[in-house]
Amino acid sequence: MKKKDLREEEIPVKNIRRRTILSFVVFFVLMGFAIAGWKWLNRQDTSDGALKPLRAVLNENEKINSAIEGRNHLVKEYPKSKADKNVRVNGDVGMGDDFMVDTWELTVNRHPESNSPDSVLHLNMDEIRKLPFKNLIFDFKCVEGWSQITNWGGTKFSDFLIRYHLGTHSGKAPDPSHPEDMYKYVGLMTPDSAYYVGIDMQSIMHSQTILAYEMNDSILPKNQGAPLRLIIPIKYGIKSIKRIGYIYFSDTRPKDYWFERGYDYDAAL
Amino acid sequence: MVQEKKKIIVKKHPLVIRWTHWVNFPVLGIMIWSGMMIYWANDIYRIGWGDKTVLKFFPDSFYSALNLDGRLSDGMALHFLFMWFFFLNGLVYVLYTIISGEWRMLWPNRRSFKEAWQVLLHDLHIRKSGPPSAKYNAAQKIAYSSIILMGLGSLLTGLSIYKPVQFGWLCTMLGGYEWARVEHFVLTIGYVFFFLIHIVQVIIHGWNNLQAMITGFEIKRIKSETIQEPKAEEQKTAN
Repeated sequence: MKKKDLREEEIPVKNIRRRTILSFVVFFVLMGFAIAGWKWLNRQDTSDGALKPLRAVLNENEKINSAIEGRNHLVKEYPKSKADKNVRVNGDVGMGDDFMVDTWELTVNRHPESNSPDSVLHLNMDEIRKLPFKNLIFDFKCVEGWSQITNWGGTKFSDFLIRYHLGTHSGKAPDPSHPEDMYKYVGLMTPDSAYYVGIDMQSIMHSQTILAYEMNDSILPKNQGAPLRLIIPIKYGIKSIKRIGYIYFSDTRPKDYWFERGYDYDAAL
Repeated sequence: MVQEKKKIIVKKHPLVIRWTHWVNFPVLGIMIWSGMMIYWANDIYRIGWGDKTVLKFFPDSFYSALNLDGRLSDGMALHFLFMWFFFLNGLVYVLYTIISGEWRMLWPNRRSFKEAWQVLLHDLHIRKSGPPSAKYNAAQKIAYSSIILMGLGSLLTGLSIYKPVQFGWLCTMLGGYEWARVEHFVLTIGYVFFFLIHIVQVIIHGWNNLQAMITGFEIKRIKSETIQEPKAEEQKTAN
């Protein structure tokens, strides 16, 4: 069978042998490098649960992603009829039994360094319920790979920050047109400090990020984070912390439970 | 002349194609391996009907044999590094085949689909001769072009489940988040089948074919006298 469009070439047998050997040497050297590179990678120390080079790439990916895509995309919202009645319960860190919903109060630290009384804000549910109500039905996505359309109600995080003049260095209400005045991150923690997340300010100010106290139009169940949880649709569910006890602000990344266990910090969708 | 045979080389695979082929091999291997670590965290796919499951993706023994269980974060970290190599390597390959004109040998034409059937019959020893072919036969053209399209498919489905909000339009085009994940998974199963058939074909076609993927050329032995001086050949046979 003639390979009609392949170029035939007559070269001395000696040269054929030389070129063959050269090719194979290059091939095996490169395969050797690949194997050595793989072994090198797996020998590296870990940084927050991920091998250091992989952690560096995760951080770079986040930068590339937020630079190109930003944090302002809206998630699709669904009609009530699409919402699942049996909302999946996942994760129980920070959800110990020794907790009384009735005596709960939210503690907010206005500034990272200061613990002075006028810098600390205590709020109860009645005060939070006074803020404008927002209903949100969206496809909740878990980092494990499942998703579920669920129905939440609460108040926009941005409304909460604006009402209580939180998240700024100056102590004024946050204004997206003055990003330099805003802290870069918000930290949230359960009352027992066992579960904690850090979220960039832009994502916190997103119009679909809510402090939720309702699910399926009734009061938030205890195993879903009563009395108050975060729902942040533009990130994986690991960021939607249940049973919020503390909120604080920082210009550096607040500690994050799953970040420490090898996941990327942003968990942005 | 005493020389009975001489060797000529038949140039087959350009350097860029050889490099991208061999770079892709470990990269795709790591992508599949780390992808299975990610899939493990929500391993709901199976072949079956109703309550009857014929094949579960994957049995527990499979995960532990390949060291895949409980490694979601490892899988994601690896996947999101090697995705860059997979993408860039694929891009280099595609750009090269377009610019060099190699795509003409690769892309199937109208006859290819009919001829591919003949190739199949030939390979299965049902038909004596295969259809005429150039660098790649019709079945190869279809297979190698498909694998490139599958690579593109993996990039798009992968992107849509990696950033389903930012690429919401893509996610919707692919049938939604859950479907995009299924498609991403099915494409991977497709690579595994491709790989198995590819290996069998490489074994069947022998050393000369395989080494051409490394050296770039096949070696053809011809009796020089046959071509240049038929008389000399006759004499030799007589002797």
